[in-house]
Amino acid sequence: MSIERREARQPWILLSPALGAVGLLLIVPLLFIVVYSFWLRSATGGDTAGFHLDNWIKALTDPFYRYILLNTLKIAAITTVLCALLGYPAAYFIARSKGNKMILLLLMMLPFWISYIIRTMSWINILGASGALNSGLMALGVINEPLQMLYNEAAVILGLVHFLLPFMVLNVYVSLEGIDTNLEDAATSLGATRWQSFLQVTLPLSLPGLAAGGLLCFVLGAGTYITPLVLGGPRDAMFANLVFEAIITQLNWPLGSALSLLLLMVLGVLVAIYNRYLGMAQLAKGLG
Amino acid sequence: MDNTTRYNRLLERFRNGDLDRRNFLGLIGAAGAAYGLQTPFARTALAQDVQQVRFDGWGGVVSEAFRKHAFDPYTAATGINVVDGTFSGGDEYLAQVRSSQEGEYNIAHLSGVFDYARYVNLDLTTKLNIANIPNMDLVMDALTDAYRRVTPDYLSAVPYNYGTTGLAYNRKYISDEEMKEKGAKILIDEAYKDKIGGWSDWRTRIWYGALQTGQDPNNITDIEAVWDAIRSHRDLALKYWGSGAELMSLLAEEEIYVTEGWSGRIAALQEQGHDIGYYDPPNGFGWQECLFVIKGSPVEACEELLNFMLAPETSIAVAEGQNYPPALDGTKVDLGSKIPTLPAYDPSGTLEALTFADPAYWNGNEAEWSETFSRVQRGF
Repeated sequence: MSIERREARQPWILLSPALGAVGLLLIVPLLFIVVYSFWLRSATGGDTAGFHLDNWIKALTDPFYRYILLNTLKIAAITTVLCALLGYPAAYFIARSKGNKMILLLLMMLPFWISYIIRTMSWINILGASGALNSGLMALGVINEPLQMLYNEAAVILGLVHFLLPFMVLNVYVSLEGIDTNLEDAATSLGATRWQSFLQVTLPLSLPGLAAGGLLCFVLGAGTYITPLVLGGPRDAMFANLVFEAIITQLNWPLGSALSLLLLMVLGVLVAIYNRYLGMAQLAKGLG
Repeated sequence: MDNTTRYNRLLERFRNGDLDRRNFLGLIGAAGAAYGLQTPFARTALAQDVQQVRFDGWGGVVSEAFRKHAFDPYTAATGINVVDGTFSGGDEYLAQVRSSQEGEYNIAHLSGVFDYARYVNLDLTTKLNIANIPNMDLVMDALTDAYRRVTPDYLSAVPYNYGTTGLAYNRKYISDEEMKEKGAKILIDEAYKDKIGGWSDWRTRIWYGALQTGQDPNNITDIEAVWDAIRSHRDLALKYWGSGAELMSLLAEEEIYVTEGWSGRIAALQEQGHDIGYYDPPNGFGWQECLFVIKGSPVEACEELLNFMLAPETSIAVAEGQNYPPALDGTKVDLGSKIPTLPAYDPSGTLEALTFADPAYWNGNEAEWSETFSRVQRGF
């Protein structure tokens, strides 16, 4: 075998364990879900094999699923914007601080050491009727009765921001770290104020990180189902909750498969748009 | 020789240098592949030695009582280990069983006769030889008959305990008299807006919707009225709870003042000193739980374990731990001092005071009602 051919094969040999894992653990199960989505639920709860478009027609034309899907995208979008507004200043502060960056980054990563469910439930002890905030306000005489702060859409968004903020901060931080600070100095030496130098130099250069963080927050936010379950009221649901209900409560695996693929496709389109204009390299930097 | 011993011997050979790393890893990989390949066909090996039985239940104090009073004595008597698993909900567990290989799951502590019927419909049953379970003589006939109506020729489960889903209320804000006067309609009383809770289970919502509209839950004639009642409840409720722990937390923290609740969980709250009342309205939701043997399980070993679990000392210990009365007939067995005080306990052994869900009726409507409830819950 020639050296060229051996060199050409080498990357594939090195990649084969990863490709095998992705194939077996992602592609093959995904194909099962695709096949399942064309089956039907029988009256007894079992599945009827075949090629039926019923689940897809229902998922695509039923206004109920459209409403929940749009609501899910709306909640994910609001969460992403809030994460950007809160995360950028934090990332900027960490990136520009001198000497204690590692401690600040460590502090930011600390919540990841605690289960996501526990972190979400912690809001009940903070915002609940007998939670810290209501108890404090009542003790101070500011209010006479507890404020109703939980079990609504705002609480769901709060829980999601709490969960997703570190992803945004990390991505923006990585982006800001890569910007040569001499550029800001050059801008100010040419007469720009610090604010102008930020707006015209730093912010545009950090946009790829902001976009990568936004994509991560949006995709993870749109796919969540624990947060509305714990912090939402009776009406609050996201699309993943419907997938859960179809598969677990209604035993309708075929419809659940179609719904989960629909969500995957919608989010896949967003990732494809991101990749088309910004590329996945920035995302890899943030995750790395 | 069991697989653990085989692995330990192989590991020792590798550490002693008798086996190189390549061969060691190759043999481990081959063993894994062999296990993966043989599992689908292992179901035909009916003559295999039974070394373990898997039990899945609700965990907590119940598991502890089972371990102490049933599993350990059973292992000592038979040499068969009991692997103890837990689940958080019957629907979730059924999804696991459906996606597993036959024989992987053996005995489950299931809720409701409709769960029994669902397993029957999905062809997940086993025919038990009741003669191998002498303690079945102590069980109330009323509970066993409910399963016999689903499978007249055989049983795939033994009854284990029962309870009710009644109305739980904070006595600081709602008196016993008000509760008795309003009954199920208190859950759609605007005076308690944002202080009302409810289980997110579609059956319970429809059952209470039927009671609120004056209908028989086992023969609903005006389902649209029921959906309207569910909509009213949804708009007044602060939160649908999804687990017993959440129910207890919402009541104990005074996030809600009234909800339906599981009798055992409310008894636990009362034991903790919370002033929570419990009321079973007329036609309140009665249910029973069973120990179900799943298709593909080693039947004789499971029957013997069921007999250990039904023994009075085990049944009573579990019942006192979870606050649900056991399936044992109080007229045949001395149930001690605590059980007769539990909510829903029936000293007559007939259970005539409780209304149970008709499995054929509820399972026949499951597909339509569960999906419609999902929509109604979200404002449709």
